[in-house]
Amino acid sequence: MAPLLSMHGIDKRFAGIPVLRSAELVVERGEIHALIGQNGAGKSTMIKILTGYYRKDAGEILFDGRPVEFSSPQEAQRAGISTIYQEINLVPYRSVTENICLGREKRRFGLLDWSAMHAEAQALLARFKIDIDVRRPLMAYPTAVQQMVAIARAIGFEAKLVIMDEPTSSLDEREVEVLFGVIRQLKEAGVSVIFVSHKLDELYAVCDRVTIMRDGRTIQVAPMAQLSRLDLVTSMLGRELSQVLHERLDTSNAAGEARETVLKVQNLAVGRKVHDVSFEVRPGEIVGLAGLLGAGRTESVRVVFGADKPDGGTIGFNGRDNAISTPSDAIRAGMGFCTEDRKHEGIIPDMSVRENLTLALMPQLARRGIVDEARSREIVDSFIKRLGIRCAGPEQRIRELSGGNQQKVLLARWLCMNPRLLILDEPTRGIDVGAKAEILSLIHELAGQGLGVLMISSELEEVVEAASRIFVLRDGRTAAELKGDAVTEQSVMAAMAHGDQSAREAVHG
Amino acid sequence: MADTAATLPPAHRSPRFDVRRVLTRHGAWIALALLILVNFAITPNFATWQTLNVNLTQVCAIVIVGVGMTLVIATGGIDLSVGALMAIAGALAPLIFLGKLFPLPHPAVGIALAFVVPVLVAAALGWFNGWLVTRIRIQPIIATLVLFIAGRGIAQVFTNGNLQVFNLPSFQFIGLGRIFGIPFQAILMITIVVAAAWMLRRTVFGRQILAIGGNERAARLSGIPVASVKQRVYLISGLLSGIAGLIVIARNSAADANLVGLGMELDAIAAVAVGGTLLTGGRATVIGTLVGALIIQLVRYTLLANGVPDAAALVAKAAIIVLAVWLQRQSHR
Repeated sequence: MAPLLSMHGIDKRFAGIPVLRSAELVVERGEIHALIGQNGAGKSTMIKILTGYYRKDAGEILFDGRPVEFSSPQEAQRAGISTIYQEINLVPYRSVTENICLGREKRRFGLLDWSAMHAEAQALLARFKIDIDVRRPLMAYPTAVQQMVAIARAIGFEAKLVIMDEPTSSLDEREVEVLFGVIRQLKEAGVSVIFVSHKLDELYAVCDRVTIMRDGRTIQVAPMAQLSRLDLVTSMLGRELSQVLHERLDTSNAAGEARETVLKVQNLAVGRKVHDVSFEVRPGEIVGLAGLLGAGRTESVRVVFGADKPDGGTIGFNGRDNAISTPSDAIRAGMGFCTEDRKHEGIIPDMSVRENLTLALMPQLARRGIVDEARSREIVDSFIKRLGIRCAGPEQRIRELSGGNQQKVLLARWLCMNPRLLILDEPTRGIDVGAKAEILSLIHELAGQGLGVLMISSELEEVVEAASRIFVLRDGRTAAELKGDAVTEQSVMAAMAHGDQSAREAVHG
Repeated sequence: MADTAATLPPAHRSPRFDVRRVLTRHGAWIALALLILVNFAITPNFATWQTLNVNLTQVCAIVIVGVGMTLVIATGGIDLSVGALMAIAGALAPLIFLGKLFPLPHPAVGIALAFVVPVLVAAALGWFNGWLVTRIRIQPIIATLVLFIAGRGIAQVFTNGNLQVFNLPSFQFIGLGRIFGIPFQAILMITIVVAAAWMLRRTVFGRQILAIGGNERAARLSGIPVASVKQRVYLISGLLSGIAGLIVIARNSAADANLVGLGMELDAIAAVAVGGTLLTGGRATVIGTLVGALIIQLVRYTLLANGVPDAAALVAKAAIIVLAVWLQRQSHR
């Protein structure tokens, strides 16, 4: 039997720059197929061409035995291709039922048949082992539940092919297990799944075969079981980069201890989430802020940056207490802040790389309010080179860049200000392994030059490797401060779960 | 250099001609050119100075208000109060130069004040709009609805609802005067358009306007003083509405608080939309607004000059707006 989907010789250029060169993707019926590659490798473009979001420049797509070229995601969906994106594309104010039945409402005598729709929604969610009141608005439920609703909605369309673009990024472990159960059920029912993820464990847990892309080409297609992790990473990154990744990063920052603090936060309280948080950062030091979701990490650093108002406590920056009440105060004082939500709080999608990069610097680049474009171009060119930002040029719109490259632009937005403290909230979220390694090594380099770095990351491994000191938050309080040899994954986890005491025991015991 | 050029794929050097792209990017210009050509063919006496002057003078107020509207829309807002502010400025000016508000030491003082005070009052009311939007955090459409409703009433209170008729060439220069045969108001309009276009492209303020419209939260976290930029934008919109109000009453030799600027908010928004400014903010073109206003004006003129009734002209105007917004959506794919 012919494969369900075969894409051959796909070419695509943006502004003359090739992003796909003769890329291939073949998915068999009832197969769970991993699609992996660094950001910018062409995975998303490939998927967007398949679903009709972009037009291909060349190549051929066969779906279910017929040549196809969808002109919109809706058309692809009608043909049986459903896509689940990282972001939740639902209507938060409406009920769960309305979200699930949107676009295929049941009617009776010309009126909406609500009881039938509620029943259907309930039944659909039951397949995912989710038992919630479908009459309540979607936003009444946690993000993870909303994500599952999105998945349920997509699969409810009797899809032949389900595309999941990093579906697990906002799910907890239990929900990931439920999702995997659903994926396996789909497979049994003969539905194929294209699974895009950066988490190797997940790929090995559910996928049958893998297509690896790099620089717009299909590098390798193999059964998952025949490919070792090392082979997989090597073929994804290319040999040189993977060596960079395996080099141990130099994390010795003992000298930092002696210096004055650049940031000292004491007994901070914010709203209902932060009750008593204290931490400090010295110049040249990378400090990690660890904790579970909802521990108050993001809320704390937002207040430090002046984006939100504190209810109590002191924030000392550069030796002055509570002098910052707006982001512009913070920036003037020498702080930079990369938020966790790159799309909604970081980039200005319609503006160029150059304008995004110089957004905070702009007032300083101006004489009498007029932007000095020559100087701005000079600075931008130097940062594009220095951070290895892959783009068609400084005037390319930032929305066309991959996530990793957008993140580099946002880092550069702060670096060009010569800050004394850089706050990074999930700096590597949704970024592929290669760009991740680049960004982490850049952070180290900057710290080596005397920059204080405060880093939040949900990837424990990453914080432990990068930071010389870690403050662990739990339920809005600083539960432990770990430094030097005490910084291990076990001790941080113990502190996240039980507080300071057990962290010490984990170290000594 | 020769080396690089040789290895580059041909598509990089000569992107193939894409009708859709050209249409969406330069649609407004093409439409304007087509309209002018059609008029040369069918409208009697089209290629005369008089036609040009009639169209220019009728479009001035829309363009001037449209410039302010472009800036407001670029931040992701909207200003419904422009027509009402025109009425207020238009009602105030005659009260001042006719000496009804306070005794005048000299007629020249009255004329000077009649230019300055109404425009400043309109600007202050624009600032009030901005204050409602940024400090009280009312949605722009509702915040400016306040003055849309109340403004015309205020103007009528000033004048007791009376029509003010006057004949004062030195004041009316703004609407009737000519420099080298070109209507002064057209010169004023072009100056404002060029200044605003330059400001939007080259100044920190202009780029900050677009950054706010493009992503307000990101702009705030990058240290852009969002509230103050927005306030200034609404102030500018009010100020330009004031100027437009003066032009209209000068042209008519009369100020009627019921009629000055009536429906102007819709004309201005239409000009902005037709011109290619993104109504959700973040992308704006002042020159586009000029072209958009010219298109709307020319369509109306074409239909009227060829004996089509005014009511039908309104339908044509609506059709143009729909087409423009449709084209805008196409360019987003």
